[in-house]
Amino acid sequence: MENQEVAAKLLPKVLILEPPGVFTAFETEFSQKFECLRAWESPIPTDEFLDAHARSVEAMLVSGFTPITSSVLHRVPSLRCIVTTSVGLDHMDLQECRRREIAVANAGNVFSEDVADLAVALLIDVLRRITAADRFVRGEIWPIKGEYPLGSKLGGKRVGIVGLGSIGLDVAKRLEAFGCILSYNSRKKKPSVPFPFYSNACELAANCEVLVICCALTEETHHMINYEVLSALGKEGVVVNIARGGIIDEKELVRCLVQGDIAGAGLDVFENEPEVPRELFGLANVVLSPHRAVFTEESFRDAFELILGNFEAFFSNKPLLSPVMDV
Amino acid sequence: MEDIGVLMMCPMAPYLEQELDRRFKLFRFWNFPQKKEFLQENSTSIKAVVGNAHAGADAELIDLLPGLEIVANSGVGLDKIDLEKCREKGIRVSSTPDVLTEDVADLVIGLILATLRRICESDRYVRNGLWKKGAFKLTSKFSGKSVGIIGLGRIGLAIAKRAEAFGCPISYYSRSQKRDSKYRYFPSVVELASNCNILVVACPLTDETHHIINCQVIDALGPKGVLINIGRGPHVDEPELVSALQEGRLGGAGLDVFENEPEVPEKLFGLGNVVLTPHVGPATIETRMAMADLVIGNLESHFLNKPLLTPVV
Repeated sequence: MENQEVAAKLLPKVLILEPPGVFTAFETEFSQKFECLRAWESPIPTDEFLDAHARSVEAMLVSGFTPITSSVLHRVPSLRCIVTTSVGLDHMDLQECRRREIAVANAGNVFSEDVADLAVALLIDVLRRITAADRFVRGEIWPIKGEYPLGSKLGGKRVGIVGLGSIGLDVAKRLEAFGCILSYNSRKKKPSVPFPFYSNACELAANCEVLVICCALTEETHHMINYEVLSALGKEGVVVNIARGGIIDEKELVRCLVQGDIAGAGLDVFENEPEVPRELFGLANVVLSPHRAVFTEESFRDAFELILGNFEAFFSNKPLLSPVMDV
Repeated sequence: MEDIGVLMMCPMAPYLEQELDRRFKLFRFWNFPQKKEFLQENSTSIKAVVGNAHAGADAELIDLLPGLEIVANSGVGLDKIDLEKCREKGIRVSSTPDVLTEDVADLVIGLILATLRRICESDRYVRNGLWKKGAFKLTSKFSGKSVGIIGLGRIGLAIAKRAEAFGCPISYYSRSQKRDSKYRYFPSVVELASNCNILVVACPLTDETHHIINCQVIDALGPKGVLINIGRGPHVDEPELVSALQEGRLGGAGLDVFENEPEVPEKLFGLGNVVLTPHVGPATIETRMAMADLVIGNLESHFLNKPLLTPVV
């Protein structure tokens, strides 16, 4: 008994403010390798907990939902490594991390396939009306109404991918097999990519019937998909968003959908989750998903392995497996 | 050709009906309550039948139409046409291959994703306000899962091509092994089902393939397996499928066809691991138009004594 306690105390410490889903799923395994400082379980406020217990902590595990602000970082002065279970980094003050020389690792490519799969799933669903058709059948309307309204063919559609990172590329690879015609917009043109580049989202939209949002949320991309872009996309246009709600001007998107200024949308993310604009609930040409792009059992396992690997690397002074910025 | 009688078996795409009406003397079968009498009265003037998945030309109909020269099918499933009788009587048969291949294959992938990733269920979750109460559960990944296809015709190959883009290993069963196929062949459906995560029915309905998905196949596919049917309802032993899904012996199903359309087993409605669509395989604006054009094209070719565009018999 005593040996086990001693052994536990010899484990490297990892601070956790709020438990990410991946952590909860594999908590036992994780606790066998690291001593977890569970801030959320403490009755005292987080600030006090950090002051009392986190002075010497060097590593922290966060999810995409816990803001890591400069004031949080200030209370963990020995911090040298943050592993986030998300791909997105918009919840972290990266500048402050850089200033404090804190190495950051994210989920790398572990979720890319799942996110790309969901983007394709939402697009097929909107164009072929799968979820709406499923409602039609379950509502026992088929025997009454007979024919179901026709969908729209996927092949031949011009699809513009906004942001061509690993997720965007995975989406492209899949949609090519369906005969979609691809183009993209990203911060910089990628010379190895064979399909057309457009330097801004508006031009991209003007040349496509579908926009798939795959970029990071930053100051530049906030509300990048706005009235101009949606107008350029046009009445036959479909928007799929598996990135961040804030990239789209949600009020404008809702207005366009309600008024029929675009043809449909598949949305996994929203500006103010879990709030979803009520106007969307009555629309059959919209498919709504509760920010689940990465949440498959398989990816959770892969993500866990990556998190373990990152912490093991950090504590043995080896390079992180999925670093975001090197120190 | 305005005096050539064409019998349309049931309501189909409005565009097709319009075009048939413009070119031929169109009889809408569903408008005649006394079917036998109607057929007898018009038996000599009806020279063509336009059928689809729901109604075609069975032996009885063929016997009542001695003037019948051609059955032009909208779709590629020919199970509602007595092909043998047509051959015997020298009646031509055409279908609409190629134009609908992509839509059907697209729907298969859409159904797989909707089933594994619980798209319909999570859309319901959001619309019912449940997201505010808690996160939706973990679902199942598609990329990399093995896909088994029953029937490696045009549609089967198109499904394979799409699934490959998701990194899925492909295997298949068909009546005979395809010599130049790069995919793995299994000589029985049970063996195929034992060796894949997702099983897709994409073969024609014949006496041999009736209930090709039976209890043994479902058990072989298993509690994590998913069945996708875009063939015909009778490919599947439907009561067996329903109880397997209810009991968790099968992981999930995406179904576009049913044994007794438009009736769908009510017991499926409460299941979150099932996606149900009302026979919409090729149901897009673009493809319905292309199918209609091909039906008309085949009819016109026949009556102008030219070779059929897409003959079956």
